[in-house]
Amino acid sequence: MSRVFMKGCEAIAEAAVRAGCRFFAGYPITPQNEIPEYFARRMPEVSGTFVQGESEVASISMVYGAASAGTRAMTSSSSPGIALKSEGISYCAAARIPMVYSNISRGGPGVGSIQPAQMDYLQATKASGNGGFEMMVFAPASVQEAVDMTYKAFDYADRDRNPVLILADGVIGTMMEPVVLPEMKTEEEINEIKNAKKVWSCTGHKLDYKNRAWIEPGHWLTSDMQRANEEAEKLYESWKADVMVEEYETEDAEVVITAYGISARIAKSAVNILRKEGIKAGLIRPITLHPFPYDSFDKLDYKKVKAVLDVEMSIPAQFVQDVEIAIKDRCPIHTCLCSGGNIMSRESIIEAVRKIYS
Amino acid sequence: MEQIYARTKTIQEDKVSGFCPGCMHGTVMKLIGEVLEEMDLVDKAVCTLGIGCCGLQMDYIAYDNITSPHGRACAVATGIKRSNPDSLVFTYQGDGDFASIGLAESVSAANRGENISVIFINNGIYGMTGGQMAPTTLVGMKASTAPNGRDPKEHGYPMHMCEVLNELTAPVYLERTSCNTPGNVVKTKKAIRKAFQNQLDGKGFSMVEVVTSCPTNWGMDALKALDYIEENMLPEFPLGVIRDR
Amino acid sequence: METNLCVAGFGGQGVMTLGKFLATATCDSTDKNVTFFPSYGAEQRGGTANCFVVISDEAVGAPLGDVMDDLIVMNGPSLNRFIKTLKPGGTLFINSSIVSEETGRTDIKVVKAPVTEMALEMGNSKVLNIIMLGVYIGFTGVVSPEVVWDTIEHKLGKKPKLLPLNKEAFEKGLEMGRSQR
Repeated sequence: MSRVFMKGCEAIAEAAVRAGCRFFAGYPITPQNEIPEYFARRMPEVSGTFVQGESEVASISMVYGAASAGTRAMTSSSSPGIALKSEGISYCAAARIPMVYSNISRGGPGVGSIQPAQMDYLQATKASGNGGFEMMVFAPASVQEAVDMTYKAFDYADRDRNPVLILADGVIGTMMEPVVLPEMKTEEEINEIKNAKKVWSCTGHKLDYKNRAWIEPGHWLTSDMQRANEEAEKLYESWKADVMVEEYETEDAEVVITAYGISARIAKSAVNILRKEGIKAGLIRPITLHPFPYDSFDKLDYKKVKAVLDVEMSIPAQFVQDVEIAIKDRCPIHTCLCSGGNIMSRESIIEAVRKIYS
Repeated sequence: MEQIYARTKTIQEDKVSGFCPGCMHGTVMKLIGEVLEEMDLVDKAVCTLGIGCCGLQMDYIAYDNITSPHGRACAVATGIKRSNPDSLVFTYQGDGDFASIGLAESVSAANRGENISVIFINNGIYGMTGGQMAPTTLVGMKASTAPNGRDPKEHGYPMHMCEVLNELTAPVYLERTSCNTPGNVVKTKKAIRKAFQNQLDGKGFSMVEVVTSCPTNWGMDALKALDYIEENMLPEFPLGVIRDR
Repeated sequence: METNLCVAGFGGQGVMTLGKFLATATCDSTDKNVTFFPSYGAEQRGGTANCFVVISDEAVGAPLGDVMDDLIVMNGPSLNRFIKTLKPGGTLFINSSIVSEETGRTDIKVVKAPVTEMALEMGNSKVLNIIMLGVYIGFTGVVSPEVVWDTIEHKLGKKPKLLPLNKEAFEKGLEMGRSQR
C-alpha cells in the first residue's frame, strides 16, 4: 500500500468514509474545520450525506437520527463545540445508538484558545454528558493512528451499540503526515451493515406493536430505567478486554513517563534521548483512555521506579487523576504540564526527568 | 352488521391513554394513525417525538418512533430522512419544544426545505412540566412562571410559528388548524394528509400547526377549554392555509 | 538523522505552501518520516504564518521541535521571533529583500536570497516562496530537486499556465542556493 501525505482532520474524514460512514453533520469550529469541509466534498462522491447543521446541538441530533436509521454516522467538533454536543451524545448513549465523533481539542475553558490542548480529558473519559454513561475513548498519537482508530471505531460502535470518541488534539488534527489508508468498504458491505440493524433501526416496520422500532433515550418506569442502566454497566465492564496501551522501555525503567496523544509522542522521543544519556526512562501510553490501562502500572517494578512523570497539555492536570488511581501510592508522581495552546516541549520533559533522576 | 368505523390499528388495542381528559393529543394521534393507514404508509412511518406530553404517545403508537432531545425533533428528522429517503418522517412536537428550545432547529430545517412533515401542537402552555409559560401563551393568560399572566412588557407577545416560517422561501405548506369542533378535526386530518402527500411527492417542508387545549393547566374543564379556544386562542392564532405551493 | 525546519513570514507570502511542498515531496519520494505542522494567527489575511517541517529517519516525536536545524525567514518580525530557536551551527535562510541581516548571532550560517525583488523582477510577486524553496533545496539537498519539482507540478496541475513561471522561479532559487554552499 502506498502512503499519502494527509492532514490529520482530512485523514480522519477519509477513514470514516472508507469505514462506511455515509452521514456527517457538523458545525464550523477551529481547529477541525477541515473535517466538515472534507466531508462536504467527499460525501456526494459516495452517495452519502453531509449537512452543515445550524449548531453543534443540531448536528449531533442529526447524527442521532441518521444512526437511529441504521446508517454509519459521524460528527466532529472541538472542545467548546463538544460541550454543546453533550446533550445528543448522552441521548445516543441512553438509546444505545452507535455513532462516532471526534474532538480535535483546543485550549479551555470557555472559548479558550484555538491552539492545541489536552484539556478535555475528564469530560471525555468521565462525563461527556448527563447520566453517568460511558464510551470507549481513543487517543491517537499520529495521523496514521487517527486513521486506524476512526476506521475501527465504527466497528466498536456497532458491536456495542454505543458512541465512540476519538479524542485528538489540534496538533494531530492540523499536522500532515504520511498515512496508509485502510480499504474502502464496498456498497455491499455497507448495505449488509445497515441491514443487520434493521430489527431496531427506525426505517419503518410492518404494523405490529412488538416489532416496531422504538428508540428510547429514557424510560417512564423506574424498573425499566434501572434495567437499562444495569445492561449498560455490563457493556462498560466488558471493555476491560479492549484496553490498548503502548509500553515503551518500561521493563528496567527508573523514571516512567506517562502521557497520551500528542504529548506521548513527544515524550517517546524524549525517552530515546534520555536513554542515550544513560537515563533509564520509559513510557506508558494509554491508547484507549477509556478503558484505562491500569494493569500496565501494576506491571512496573516499584523497587526500581523512582517516580512516574505525568506529561499533559492541561493545567491543572487531569489525566493524572487516573494515573493516581493506577499507581496506588506505590511511587511519587511528578507532573510536566503546559496549557493555553502551548505545545508540550521535549526539552521540558527531558529536564523534568533529569531532575527526578538526579 | 357492516362495520363502518374502527379504531386505528396504529394505536395499540390494550393501551389506555394517559392523556388528561379533554386533551387533544389523543385526537391528533388518532388522526395521524388514520391517515397513515388510509395512505398505506404505516410500514414506512417514522415519528420523531418531542419532549413533553407529546412524547407520551411513544407508548401507544405501533409504528417506528424515536424520542428526540428537547427541541431537536426537526434535526433528528433531518438525519433520518436524509439517510433513508424512503421513510415517511414526521415530527410531533409541542409549543415549548418546537417554538422555544427548538426554535433554531425548527426554523433551520424549514429554511433548508427538509422533506419532512411537522405536526406542531400549540396549546399555549407547557403541559408535562406543569403549566409554565410557553412562547405561544396568550397575553394575560396565567402560567406558573407568569403568575400574573403574560405581560407583553416583560414577556413579549405570543409567537406565530406559521407566520414566522412564512417569511422563509423554502417551506411548501403551512396550515393552522384546530380540533375544537368536529369540522375542524376533519380539516386537521386533511391537513395532515396533505403534509404527508407533499413529502411523498418530494416537495419539501410542510407544517401543520394544531391549536389545541390543555384543560389541566388552563385550570378549566374540557368543555370550557373548547370555548376558550374559540374565544381566546383562535383570535390570536387564526386558522387557515398560510402557504400552499 | 532528523532535520527540523521552521518557515516563517507574513500571511500571504506562501510560507505554508513552501513547507507543504517540501514535506509532500519527501513523503512521495523517500521512505523517511516527515511531518508538516502549520501555525496560524486567528486572522484570515495578514498576520503571521509559520510552519514546521520535520524530516527524519526515525519516528518523528514532536512535529514542532524546540530547536531548529534550519530556519527560513521571509519577514523581519519572524527573524526576531524565531532566531533564538536556531541551533548553533544551524542555517538561516533569509529573504534579504526585506529582512535585515543583523541576526545578533555568529554561530550560524546565513544564506541570503532577495526573493521579494527576484519575484517582482519575474513579474509575479507571488512566486517568492517557490524561489525560496529552490534556495533551500539547492543549499541543503535534503530532497532531490526533481522530486520537489514533480510535487509542485502536480499541485499546480489545475493551473498549467503558471507552470513555466514557477519552473523558472524554482530554478533561479536552486542556483542561488547551490552557489552559497
